[in-house]
Amino acid sequence: MTMPEDIAAEGQDMEQIRQAVRALCADFPGKYWRQKDRDREYPTEFVTALTKSGFLAALIPEEYGGSGLGVTHAGAILEEIQKSGCNGGACHAQMYIMGTILRHGSPEQKARWLPKIASGELRLQAFAVTEPTSGTDTLSLSTTAERDGDHYVVNGQKVWTSRAEHSDLMLLLARTMPKDKVEKRTDGLSVFVVDMRKALGNGLTIRPIRAMINHSTTEVFFDNMKVPAENLIGQEGKGFRCIIDGMNAERILIAHECIGDGRWFIKKATDYANERVVFGRPIGQNQGIQFPIARAYAAIEAADLMVKKAAAMFDAGQPCGPEANMAKMIGSEAAWQAAEACMQTHGGFAFAEEYDIERKFRETRLYQIAPISTNLILAYIAEHVLGLPRSY
Amino acid sequence: MKLLVAVKRVVDFNVKVRVKADQTGVELANVKMSMNPFDEIGVEEAVRLKEAGTVDEIVAVSMGPQQCQETIRTALAMGADRGILVKTDDELQPLAVAKLLKAIVEEEKPDIVILGKQAIDDDSNQTGQMLAGLLGWSQGTFASKLALTDGEAEVTREIDGGLETVKLKLPAVVTTDLRLNEPRYASLPNIMKAKKKTIDEKSPADYGVDTAPRLKTLKVEEPPKRSAGIKVADAAELVSKLREEGVI
Repeated sequence: MTMPEDIAAEGQDMEQIRQAVRALCADFPGKYWRQKDRDREYPTEFVTALTKSGFLAALIPEEYGGSGLGVTHAGAILEEIQKSGCNGGACHAQMYIMGTILRHGSPEQKARWLPKIASGELRLQAFAVTEPTSGTDTLSLSTTAERDGDHYVVNGQKVWTSRAEHSDLMLLLARTMPKDKVEKRTDGLSVFVVDMRKALGNGLTIRPIRAMINHSTTEVFFDNMKVPAENLIGQEGKGFRCIIDGMNAERILIAHECIGDGRWFIKKATDYANERVVFGRPIGQNQGIQFPIARAYAAIEAADLMVKKAAAMFDAGQPCGPEANMAKMIGSEAAWQAAEACMQTHGGFAFAEEYDIERKFRETRLYQIAPISTNLILAYIAEHVLGLPRSY
Repeated sequence: MKLLVAVKRVVDFNVKVRVKADQTGVELANVKMSMNPFDEIGVEEAVRLKEAGTVDEIVAVSMGPQQCQETIRTALAMGADRGILVKTDDELQPLAVAKLLKAIVEEEKPDIVILGKQAIDDDSNQTGQMLAGLLGWSQGTFASKLALTDGEAEVTREIDGGLETVKLKLPAVVTTDLRLNEPRYASLPNIMKAKKKTIDEKSPADYGVDTAPRLKTLKVEEPPKRSAGIKVADAAELVSKLREEGVI
């Protein structure tokens, strides 16, 4: 197996990007995030700063007002955000949801939406796929979109639609042909761009879900919501494919966030282990404290290699389903290991909000579940990579 | 109006510097390097003047090893228009830097040169003053405010007694103090644009400047570790202790 060439040495522009992100994040210290977490508020100021500096438009081609970079660079941006103690989960979807429009939209659709998404005038960071009864079994989703003249009429319900209240547009996956009538099981689903500014109160209802972390997640209800036919992305009935090819990017980007989280926990743990003196010496002098941190560090470094490899393959246009999934799985587990080490190192103080550990601990736990749970990744590796019998 | 800004590559302010084992200097291998913070303030001021329409072109200059190019790139990403790198692996002392800057000024003919008041590595605080001296230009050092009007610069200086405002005839040299502004971070589109901006590579020989060091570093040492103090009961004991230590 060959390793991507640039695995060790990142380019000079990469370091500049990292520096700029760190400088931006310095304006949003733990105190800012603690208040947002306590009051369950959306970090609007942080998201605005990232938008204005163009970081959320990294993946949008230059002709549409973005920077035309790959997931290697976009991932580095997210990694630095997490490493700085901030939370990219509030807006990372603005980076990649547009990928469906970019890859499958018509030239008119791209010209209509992408420049405004790049400038931040339009936020497209809500992705309505998961339903209460279908979960990861996406093909069983039951929200329907029926053609009626020059528009579609949507009925149904979605859940875990994050940031719906802080997004102008929503990408919606709905069934346009009943499951028992399609030729192929992956057919019959279609993708739409929903303008929520118009739909809200006109068939669209958003209900926030109080959750373990401040992730602005919601459930959304469609009751005869009209979507103009020109908002259909790609071919009717072929929507599943338009969604699935964006998932590798999502996984690789979130894997970068895991690496950033892990680095934050390790730095926090190391600093504390060096400073905290008990029984006349720094606690970090005890191997019982050292080893979990060292082990977590090794795990993060190993995961980082997988993440970089997946990103390099994605940017080279190579198929990278296994790598993207493994990067997310290993990354999220390494971050969790680091979170554990950090919490244990701090002892009781880890529970005090002002140390930010309990918040980051809750936040990084999400990535073993979203955007896809570890079990599904394992099933994918077992059945699609190793060729074991299918379990579902 | 054309503006020249000097940017030095120094050890990052977050790094805990270590003295080399042979006491010839500080450890630079595998140490994070960044733009001198006072120079960053200089670049920010330049970019603000350009945004205000006062300045048309900003040229960023750095001197030293090849990696100084990265420092120039940072200035370009902040908003400078082009760069000049005077490449050398030799040690450059303030006088040599001032002479090289003088040669560049004669070639570029800027209306104003902005430098940091000092670099955070050697803390010399000499280059700006030497440059003004060599050029025979006016100087406004330790600027906490800068206003340019019709061939004049009004500089508010931070001095021991408070603030002093001086009016200079342009062309002039200005050095920045900490409170002049708060530098911006580069935006992603500007980092990308900076990659396409030009950096001219020169050598000290191109300017015919003798950069040989005039000062010799004898030894570099860590500051002594602070040891625990003692408490004194009253002023009389304090005085006698100070006498014992030979301080008074």
